[in-house]
Amino acid sequence: MERALIDLKGITKLFDGEIILDELNLSIRENSFVTLLGPSGCGKTTTLRIIGGFERPDRGQVFFEGRDITDLPANKRQLNTVFQKYALFPHMNIFENIAFGLRIRKKSESYIRDKVRYALKLVNLVGYEKRSIDSLSGGQQQRIAIARAIVNEPRLLLLDEPLGALDLKLRQEMQYELIRLKNELGITFIYVTHDQEEALTMSDYVVVMNQGYIQQAGTPEQIYNEPENAFVADFIGDSNIVPGLMLEDRLVRIFGAVFPCVDSGFGRNRPVDVVIRPEDVEILEKEDPRAILHGVMSHSIFKGEMYEMECTTENGYEWLIHSTELHEVGTEVGLYVKPSNIQIMNKPASEDEEAIGVEE
Amino acid sequence: MKSKRMKLLALPYLVWMVGFIVIPLLLVCFYGFTDQSGSFTLENIAEILVRENYRPLCLALLLSAVSTAICFLAAFPLALILRSRKIGRGSFAAFLFILPMWMNSLLRILAWQTLLERKGVLNGILTALHLPGQRLINTPYAIILGMVYDFLPFMILPIYNTLSKIDDNTINAAYDLGASIPTTIFRVILPLSVPGIVSGVTMVFVPALTTFAISDILGGGKIFLIGNVIEQEFVLNSNWNLGSALSMVLMLFIILSMALLSRYDSGEGAMF
Repeated sequence: MERALIDLKGITKLFDGEIILDELNLSIRENSFVTLLGPSGCGKTTTLRIIGGFERPDRGQVFFEGRDITDLPANKRQLNTVFQKYALFPHMNIFENIAFGLRIRKKSESYIRDKVRYALKLVNLVGYEKRSIDSLSGGQQQRIAIARAIVNEPRLLLLDEPLGALDLKLRQEMQYELIRLKNELGITFIYVTHDQEEALTMSDYVVVMNQGYIQQAGTPEQIYNEPENAFVADFIGDSNIVPGLMLEDRLVRIFGAVFPCVDSGFGRNRPVDVVIRPEDVEILEKEDPRAILHGVMSHSIFKGEMYEMECTTENGYEWLIHSTELHEVGTEVGLYVKPSNIQIMNKPASEDEEAIGVEE
Repeated sequence: MKSKRMKLLALPYLVWMVGFIVIPLLLVCFYGFTDQSGSFTLENIAEILVRENYRPLCLALLLSAVSTAICFLAAFPLALILRSRKIGRGSFAAFLFILPMWMNSLLRILAWQTLLERKGVLNGILTALHLPGQRLINTPYAIILGMVYDFLPFMILPIYNTLSKIDDNTINAAYDLGASIPTTIFRVILPLSVPGIVSGVTMVFVPALTTFAISDILGGGKIFLIGNVIEQEFVLNSNWNLGSALSMVLMLFIILSMALLSRYDSGEGAMF
């Protein structure tokens, strides 16, 4: 395992007696693009603010390269933040905004000029030095906010939903820009968002949070393909989450039909949750011998790149299915899922965890 | 059609402005530029060059400038503290500071008179402690105290208003970029609160410069400000011409100071 840049140990934060973060542990590797992902109020922004030094944890410690920085004020930390809604200084022009951090550190005027020009080049806004903040669009302001942060050569850049205020097309553009920037600068990014697509697109490592807990942490592929619980499965993309019975290793019963799968180690006759992504449900002819479940197509919407359809099986469950092939509503069909596309999860152990699973 | 109705709606204000602002101002000008018999003269204006008139004007400028400065130095940190509180609690504290405004200002000054008098409350306490009594009342300091006490809320309110409009993250961004708290205050918060400061300075300096009640009550008739001189010309000497002329000179100074201030204002005044 590579050296950790940031280590959070047992971080607990309360606001007005309400627990926002509960004994959070998280290790962030140097040079990675980590995304904290979760619905609003899950504690992701609070985590970022604790790393940034704007919030003090009630319990627990923050380590930066092994050094305890829990009590170090924000202005002494080797990191910079890109704030939600940019937080530029409206009384300064763009040059002065970007130069702010360098002026604080009393750099020479020629050094500042070079650095600001370099930062503007990185964010593709060369020649904007003398412009005022109000004269920029949202996307441009965001670029200036990024330039203002990276000009200080931080080891770590914190980004708090930086693209939240931008429209879809601009957001996608900025996503690629951020990935490019990260690769060019070779620094660590911690990114906060509630947009699962953004998280999957940009990150090396995704931390899914809910109600102050880390639900799952892993690569985007792991998070998407092997969700550890119903909350993650539900939050990341669309999915069919159905109750199942693990008959034995590599064999699960769903709605009375037996599916071969690849998971093992759950024991015999254990109730489990089964996650099947809508694009992994294959629609077959009714008589096809491979069909495991049978049902009637009950719903269909054209979504552009695919059809979003629903198939109601005999027990009444509506399977969400994504396919490029249209199957008319009313057709009787057979359904098949490849063993490797069936993801088995432990059932929540208690009522408490159940509550986490059904959030929103 | 619509613009015609808008014009109709503006009519009462127009009548008010003409009747109670324009005509009185013209009357003041008329009296100021004429003598008792009604013929044109600049003699009344020239009276400001007389020692008994320009000294009170200079003193008024000095005392109101000092009071305004003290008000600012007291109000800005207070507004900063109020801003840093959670919104609800902050505005309640702000409310406490403006509460005295609900009381008659003359009454508040009279209260100070009782406190500061030779045989007043403060000297009573000093005597009880076997300390020598102090001459508190009838000094310029007493007048400054009265001005600060009376006008402080007018400085706090606009500054607090502009400060509370500054986004938390704008301030956090300054810390994030390495600025210390004093640097953040001087480089970010102070420049962003200029519109509020300009409003506050205006609202303290102008009434302080023109006051005659505060200097009358806390100055004991011994310290004359330009306000007292003008009052005397109108009430005691019934010399409306000289009173009007001196008022015009005073107005000139106010216009000058406003022009000076407006250079710092970006045009987004908190109250004006």
